[in-house]
Amino acid sequence: MLGKKAKPRIAFLIITLLILSLIIFLILKSLEENVVYFFSPTEIYNKPNISLDKKIRVGGLVKEKSLSKEGVSIKFIITDLKNEIIVSYKGLLPNLFSEGKGVIVQGKLKDKKYFIADTILAKHDENYMPPEVSEALKRTNN
Amino acid sequence: MFKNFLPYKILTLKNSLIKNLVIIMILIISLGLLYALFFSPPDYIQGDSVRIMYVHVPSSFISLGLFAIIGMISILNLTLKIKFIPLIAKSLAPIGFIFTLTSIVTGSLWGKPTWGIWWVWDARLTSMLILLLFYCLYIFVWKFVHNYEKANMISSIIGILGLLNLPVIKYSVDWWSTLHQPSSITLTSAPTIHYTMIIPLIIMFIGLSIFTLIVFLMRYKIELMKLKLKKNIK
Repeated sequence: MLGKKAKPRIAFLIITLLILSLIIFLILKSLEENVVYFFSPTEIYNKPNISLDKKIRVGGLVKEKSLSKEGVSIKFIITDLKNEIIVSYKGLLPNLFSEGKGVIVQGKLKDKKYFIADTILAKHDENYMPPEVSEALKRTNN
Repeated sequence: MFKNFLPYKILTLKNSLIKNLVIIMILIISLGLLYALFFSPPDYIQGDSVRIMYVHVPSSFISLGLFAIIGMISILNLTLKIKFIPLIAKSLAPIGFIFTLTSIVTGSLWGKPTWGIWWVWDARLTSMLILLLFYCLYIFVWKFVHNYEKANMISSIIGILGLLNLPVIKYSVDWWSTLHQPSSITLTSAPTIHYTMIIPLIIMFIGLSIFTLIVFLMRYKIELMKLKLKKNIK
């Protein structure tokens, strides 16, 4: 079925594709710091020299019972279940923000344990279910 | 299956077939929309904005799927040089473009109430935007390069390059931390979407796939007619 001319073309194409995928892989690998949208508290903790002036994003779960509000200033703890960071923020929270749910905060670190956020984004997970099912799940878990 | 897309089959395609497909599509999409908008439950966290998913997810699937076909056709085209094959990819490109755009716009509409922001530059959203640019490039080449052989060559190269972006889109949510959530439907494990939400999702996917097929058949037939016309003039 393949003509005489087709074979070298196929070989050439396969090699080109392999090389291109390798190039893309290397580019993405070298840009990893930028491709990653946020760091976890553990990643922040393990970073040897972290810049305090640069804007970064930290993501994790809002620790249960850690949220406290005083007027517009809000404080809560972000956890990845290994390490924690205290976040302070002034402003409105997104509707889906709640304790035990995913969150991404954008701002600057004061030190490795304290973060001053200027933007808060609620992260949604891959679970979709009706409210009744969620209620039932909660009941069986308790 | 491939035989059904051979030129002589398409050129003898009856309009009644397309008309029947349109009727089936309208029925399925109406059923899907009724289910998605009225009978399916709201989500326990997102509330009613979960309903955007019933357009967003099928659009994303189709836009990725169509570019996968375009990429593979581009490879076949450069290796085997079959005359009519690039016309399949050329006819699919605008449909894929529209679905990519739909996916990005609906995603944005969902992102604002859910995340609190319309757009972020995370890996999933950015790679999807790159897909949109690849579709643009592919379409532009066919539009603005008038020499057929040249247009065919350049568009195929773009198709192949764009193919490499597809695994990046698919796995971006697993490889890097992104704001976009990981896939709810995977081949390896049970879906993390409740079945009352999966049913309308599947109906909408089938409906929009039929829409894709209809537009493709119409465009492809026209492309083949143009090709035939050119040959006759020569």
